Amino acid sequence: MKISTLFYTIRQGFANIFRNKLFSLASIATISACLFLFGLFYSIMANFEHVVRTAEEGVSVTVFFHYEGKFPDGCETHTEGQVPDPERIEEIGQMIAARVEVSNVVFVSDDEAWDTFGRSYFGEDYREGFPDNPLEGEDSYQVYLSDVSMQSALVTWLESLPEVRKVRYSAVTANTLSGVNLLIAYMSVGIIIVLLAVSIFLISNTVAMGISVRKEEIGIMKYIGATDFFVRAPFVLEGMLIGLIGALIPLGVIYSLYNYALGYVTERFTALSAFLNFLPVRTIFNVLLPVSLGIGIGIGFLGSISTVRKHLNV
Amino acid sequence: MTKKELQRQKREEFIEENGIICLENVSKTYSKGAPALNNVSLSIRPGEFVFIVGDSGSGKSTLIKLLLRELTASGGSVYVMGQDLRKMSHRKVPQFRRNLGVVFQDFRLLKNINVYENVAFAQRIVETPVKEMRRNVPAILATVGLAGKYKSRPSELSGGEQQRVALARALVNKPSILLADEPTGNLDINNTWEIMQLLEEINAAGTTVLVVTHNMEIVNAMRRRVITLKKGVIVSDEEEGGYTDED
Repeated sequence: MKISTLFYTIRQGFANIFRNKLFSLASIATISACLFLFGLFYSIMANFEHVVRTAEEGVSVTVFFHYEGKFPDGCETHTEGQVPDPERIEEIGQMIAARVEVSNVVFVSDDEAWDTFGRSYFGEDYREGFPDNPLEGEDSYQVYLSDVSMQSALVTWLESLPEVRKVRYSAVTANTLSGVNLLIAYMSVGIIIVLLAVSIFLISNTVAMGISVRKEEIGIMKYIGATDFFVRAPFVLEGMLIGLIGALIPLGVIYSLYNYALGYVTERFTALSAFLNFLPVRTIFNVLLPVSLGIGIGIGFLGSISTVRKHLNV
Repeated sequence: MTKKELQRQKREEFIEENGIICLENVSKTYSKGAPALNNVSLSIRPGEFVFIVGDSGSGKSTLIKLLLRELTASGGSVYVMGQDLRKMSHRKVPQFRRNLGVVFQDFRLLKNINVYENVAFAQRIVETPVKEMRRNVPAILATVGLAGKYKSRPSELSGGEQQRVALARALVNKPSILLADEPTGNLDINNTWEIMQLLEEINAAGTTVLVVTHNMEIVNAMRRRVITLKKGVIVSDEEEGGYTDED
């Protein structure tokens, strides 16, 4: 293709948009409306998923070991199981960390446990009433999960270890979170499929309507000896430009709206924002920008190429 | 000799022997009804001026569509410029049509661009260099008498002027054949004669001209070769022929 032909095609693509103002506006409005809904839904879902994931990261399982000796208050010692030595405890820590569902393992010694507990319940002077550590022998591992749905498998495995005395966990939290996660995944997929199907249907109809008006024009081009490519290129470019504009408008609206909503919630509901950690607009747009542009331009491309093809057999 | 040169030589030999347009026992049947063309054979020599006449439904439009390769024949062979159109692939059709000028009764101009752009469009398709295009388009517009109206939109022109734009567009790439399908069907008597005069000039310059028409007055006045079709069959083919109601 000669450079002059290329420039001509590009010029025609732009000119077509202005020539068919009404059709162009209808197409841009349709794409914008669909992608706005898509962007809005994605922003809400991404934040919801982020909140759930943050909550998941806080879910932990605590593992205690058998201990030989007397507790300071004279209670019975736990000697039924196998009492591990410090090397074995470390070895178990490594085994836990190696499991796929585990994201992090933190060793908490009995002194650290008493320090944390004492300070939070009795204040800085907590040692005054308790010269000895009442939690002696309560060395533990705090195990954080990467996937809460696998908590029960981890607990079963931990309980099977002879050195483990007790495993503390919350089944309700884990089940609720993994249920919510699954629900979000299903809803996301479902709503995105419906939105995309509706978008493709509406957009291809609008593009088809616009192009069928120009059926005669395509026919004339073909009679004069234009190749399919020559006829198609300006229409396809026009479709892609409409898709691009149709994607940029909702992206701009969502960007402003998201920033405004974030500022509003942070300002008005301080308590809410303390435990609900919203995603910054940049993170949302890392995904939304390429996906929206891709969908907009892609639909413009496919819609126009398939509709022009119908009129090419002249 | 390269393959292309060999093919060109073969085509030239074929044209010399069989004509620039050659139909051999051509039939065209649509899905419903009787055949639109039935066993039609004809040959048109390069540089001829031929009228194709006949009533509605006689097969004239089908014949033009076959020559444009808009349709393919159900039977027989259609050769235009030495090329077998039944064997021509869809990909090769644009190249073929570039050597064929065509004008229609309804002008078929692109409405949203001006006269200059309508004519230049045909040159853009064949990727004529811009400099050359700037010479050719005004020259052909001057030939058809529209040099002063190059900025006008088709809607601002009379029927006769629109048909002249269509003629300029058909001729700007210097085709070997000009097909005119009822070119004066929408014109008054003055414009009709002006267009026919232009067609004669084009023919005198060496282009083969094929005119499909109903207009008895111009056919009888011009005394050119007349091929008459009736119900898909050629009923007469006369040099310096005429056309009457009985035909």
